[in-house]
Amino acid sequence: MIAMQATTGRATDAAASPVPAFMTRDVCVFYGQKQALTNVSLDIHRNQVTSLIGPSGCGKSTYLRCLNRMNDIIDGCRVTGSILLDGQDIYAGSMDVVHLRARVGMVFQKPNPFPKSIFENVAYGPRIHGIAKDKTELEAIVHNSLEKAGLLAEVKDRMDQPGTGLSGGQQQRLCIARAIAVQPEVILMDEPCSALDPIATARIEELIDELREHFAIVIVTHSMQQAARVSQRTGFFHLGILVETGDTEQIFTNPRDKRTQDYITGRFG
Amino acid sequence: MGSEHTVKSFDEELRRLDNMLAEMGGLAEVQLQSALEALIRRDTEKAAEIVANDRRLDHLEAEVDQHTIAMLARRQPMAKDLREIVGALKVASMIERIGDYAKNVAKRTAAIAEMPPVPSAQTVVRLGGLAQQMVKDVLDAYLSRDLDQAKSVRARDRELDALYTSIFRELLTYMMEDPRNISACTHLLFVAKHIERIGDHATNIAEIVHFLVTGEMPADERPRQDESEMTIVTAHTTGGEN
Repeated sequence: MIAMQATTGRATDAAASPVPAFMTRDVCVFYGQKQALTNVSLDIHRNQVTSLIGPSGCGKSTYLRCLNRMNDIIDGCRVTGSILLDGQDIYAGSMDVVHLRARVGMVFQKPNPFPKSIFENVAYGPRIHGIAKDKTELEAIVHNSLEKAGLLAEVKDRMDQPGTGLSGGQQQRLCIARAIAVQPEVILMDEPCSALDPIATARIEELIDELREHFAIVIVTHSMQQAARVSQRTGFFHLGILVETGDTEQIFTNPRDKRTQDYITGRFG
Repeated sequence: MGSEHTVKSFDEELRRLDNMLAEMGGLAEVQLQSALEALIRRDTEKAAEIVANDRRLDHLEAEVDQHTIAMLARRQPMAKDLREIVGALKVASMIERIGDYAKNVAKRTAAIAEMPPVPSAQTVVRLGGLAQQMVKDVLDAYLSRDLDQAKSVRARDRELDALYTSIFRELLTYMMEDPRNISACTHLLFVAKHIERIGDHATNIAEIVHFLVTGEMPADERPRQDESEMTIVTAHTTGGEN
């Protein structure tokens, strides 16, 4: 009689998709003596958006940055545990970090286009990674990426103008186009909408939903509503621990851990 | 409700919602109690009062609707808060329905009082007593978020349904015995049906309590013992040919 079931089907990590893009186990991160992340085990699935939520300093961005070894550039940062991308240890000595960052693209909080033309912003990655055979193919890739990022219609007549001249929302979509131009498997997004107005935010969210068809997406966000809207899986971090992970619907309607409950309902912990 | 929200006014709004539901529940209980008393005493004046009082419940329900919609828009609640607010919205409409059935019983009372008493009336009153206790208990369970009490109410609906089915048979038999009973028996049958529906709504509220506390609707099928839809009473005429 009452269709109010909070969750339909409790998919476990294993059931969601046969082979996860990322399989991370017991990941710990230290900044010098300070431990920022403790034994995080999480799978990131293809064609799904995984959102990471939690209060400031909980470790969600630290975890995100482990996935394309962005932490390498921080002095005194040490990562332990295993992070496998397609079964390959990304912290193995044989891993080419530049190649890894092409496979695992990243979009940041503040749009950061290169101080170059719109075309060059997107063409840069494919060119240095030698993805395009010739000029025609490069142009096709740029076109395609801008199209997928939902920006083509707005910029096709001014490809030679600087990317920094676009609006904030357009710049962010340009950064997404830049990330997908190198044909990544996973796209990491760290607060991609926090500098955008609600309309630009809605367009990015719509885009995230479309991109899910081709990529695995991990998004760190402070907006619980955004996490609830865009993701299929959600992980809640608190004090460097992954407290709870589950289907987004379950996390936001019926979280199992009291800390998750307190955080998402805006209560004192 | 556990620990407090960082935003205090949210807690106040939730408390206000609880108070509104408590008021609605109290009013519905009184309406049902009065309707059953009017039925026993064949008191048409009281019955008319009950019909008039129902409007108060309708107004309260509209207020709850308004308040919950405003809260959903303003707070964008999550998890337990979301369940609380959506639950209150549903429970308010169920209480309003219980009030409607009490009103319907009162309306029938006016007609029944015009006719000679039917022996089954006592059983119908007993049915009413069962429903009344279910309503009282489920409202207590709702306001105290008491899962065990809610479960016990849900289990009791079976008893109510069984008694309703037996009343159905009994009334059918009277009607066949003497067609002059048909009018009174039909009205009484409707009264019994209204009471049986009150029990269903009490059960619905019990399921909402389950949802509020656990985050899930009860997994098992709800108990069901109302067999009146399939009940046939065949006539055995005196000195029959077969």
